[in-house]
Amino acid sequence: MGMKRSRFLSKTITYILLLAGAIIVFIPFWYMIVTSLKPQSYIFEIPPRLWPREVTLQNYVVALSKDRFGLYFLNSLVVAITTTAVTVFISSLLAYAFARLRFPFKEALFYLLLLGMMIPPVMLIIPQFIVAKQLGLLDSLQGLVLVYITMNLAMQTFLLRGFFEDIPQELEDAALIDGAGRWTIFWRVIIPLSRPGLAVVTIFTFLYSWDEFPWAHVAIKETTRRTLPIAIALFQSQHLTEWGQVFAASIVALIPVVLVFVIFQRYFIQGISTSGLKG
Amino acid sequence: MRISPKRDRKETLTAFLFLAPGFALFLLFLLGPMAYSFRISFYDWKIVNPAKSQWVGLANYAETLANPIFRRAVINTLAYAVVTVPAQIALGLAVAILLNQRIRGRAAFRVIYYLPVITSWVIVSLLFEYMFIGQAGLVNYVLRDVLGLISENIFWLADPILTFVPIHLLGIWKGVGWTAIICLAGLQAIPEHLQEAAEVDGAGVAARFFYITLPLLRPTLVFLVVVLTIGALNAYISNLLITNGGDPLDLTHFVLTLMYEATFGRLDFGAGAAISYMLTLFVFIISVVQIRLLRREMDI
Repeated sequence: MGMKRSRFLSKTITYILLLAGAIIVFIPFWYMIVTSLKPQSYIFEIPPRLWPREVTLQNYVVALSKDRFGLYFLNSLVVAITTTAVTVFISSLLAYAFARLRFPFKEALFYLLLLGMMIPPVMLIIPQFIVAKQLGLLDSLQGLVLVYITMNLAMQTFLLRGFFEDIPQELEDAALIDGAGRWTIFWRVIIPLSRPGLAVVTIFTFLYSWDEFPWAHVAIKETTRRTLPIAIALFQSQHLTEWGQVFAASIVALIPVVLVFVIFQRYFIQGISTSGLKG
Repeated sequence: MRISPKRDRKETLTAFLFLAPGFALFLLFLLGPMAYSFRISFYDWKIVNPAKSQWVGLANYAETLANPIFRRAVINTLAYAVVTVPAQIALGLAVAILLNQRIRGRAAFRVIYYLPVITSWVIVSLLFEYMFIGQAGLVNYVLRDVLGLISENIFWLADPILTFVPIHLLGIWKGVGWTAIICLAGLQAIPEHLQEAAEVDGAGVAARFFYITLPLLRPTLVFLVVVLTIGALNAYISNLLITNGGDPLDLTHFVLTLMYEATFGRLDFGAGAAISYMLTLFVFIISVVQIRLLRREMDI
């Protein structure tokens, strides 16, 4: 009996603690939502309120119509989708070679690639800036995409190699005996069997390229090529007190990542565990 | 199984075709730039006309090390790591232990705790800046009017020390979700029967935590210490946005905001490259030391 009661007690405490933590984590988001719904005259009201006195969508209307917000959203979408598609493809190719093919310097090349996971990304900004300048890639979305793909390759290849290695070798041997080439095997056997792994890579890469700030901040000076993170940061520095609009824009920028995360949550957790703990 | 040399050669060729696109990008945008940047760090680099750049030897490194602003930035960065890494691990582990039970609403909790992780640094930095505004900020209001802990508004963002309160809190708040998920994966790998057996033997919650959970979780914790420290030493966006890159008086820089200012503010690419190389070397050494120390403990 005592056991049962202490079980109940520990469950209750668990819920209380989890709920308290969740509230603390969520309050800043809640405050952001509330602020985005307040008229500008209440932005600096004393005391500040966690429940708006007056709800208006004015901030959304103004923020979204100002400063080519639609274009920035589109830029972010183009960059994130292109980066993700190409990264999934190229890192699958790499991962397949490292998981299944025999070739000279295999280990050395793999470790070279892993170097990419250890280098702090910001360290590369200066030389990447110079290379991009020489190739005429500054102020262009292609410049963002190429760098984003490169920065993701090591991690995603590492992750996918793990998934590919788990596919039974017999399937591949059977196809080889039937006379299939490596490309056919890769495309018809490995890829279709690796959907969870590919989903993880998709989510990671999408979130990364949607949120990335340092490189875009350096590489893009042309107004029409901005992505959302730069647009929002600059918007705030230009309209210092218009927090309602800043947060309205932020919330719209947040919607795609929250959607992607909620939809693929299961894969995402799995991916973090696999990629994280194999390290 | 013996494979003919001909098939071997064919397989090598195939492999290199699979590797080609990835390694081309890798060389062009990662390894190449890395080597190039090493060279730049020994020059007074002229971005407009690189041919006129002058070799200055170690001057960029020496001048950076002698610069009091750089030293202050190093201290700020180290303090950030020392505060935020243990805090993230402690809180993340606590959340993971709570979530690692048969409870309803696990998925919902996971989404909420993970929300800060997926939100862009730009957005959350601005959000924390807004909450910590001196007049009419939410934090001052809570501290003064709700809890009565302070009698006057604190001007967090104008003070070279206090401005790190929002920056540190942000770092912890944003990282707990990820840390918790990693810990959770580690916890789930611990066989349940070990816990049950210990419970039957009369081990209390604390005993089970210290004698079963913690030792078996060690590889996960080592991984977290290393990765979070690397992340903390590379912190950049929150500081750039919350302090406007070093305000007040260049006292609040992180190493990387200073690198950014040297490079793109003063166009001193040589100094910027030197700073980033020193940071990378330091990060590398720290990681190796941490892995060594923590591994050794594990072997005992």
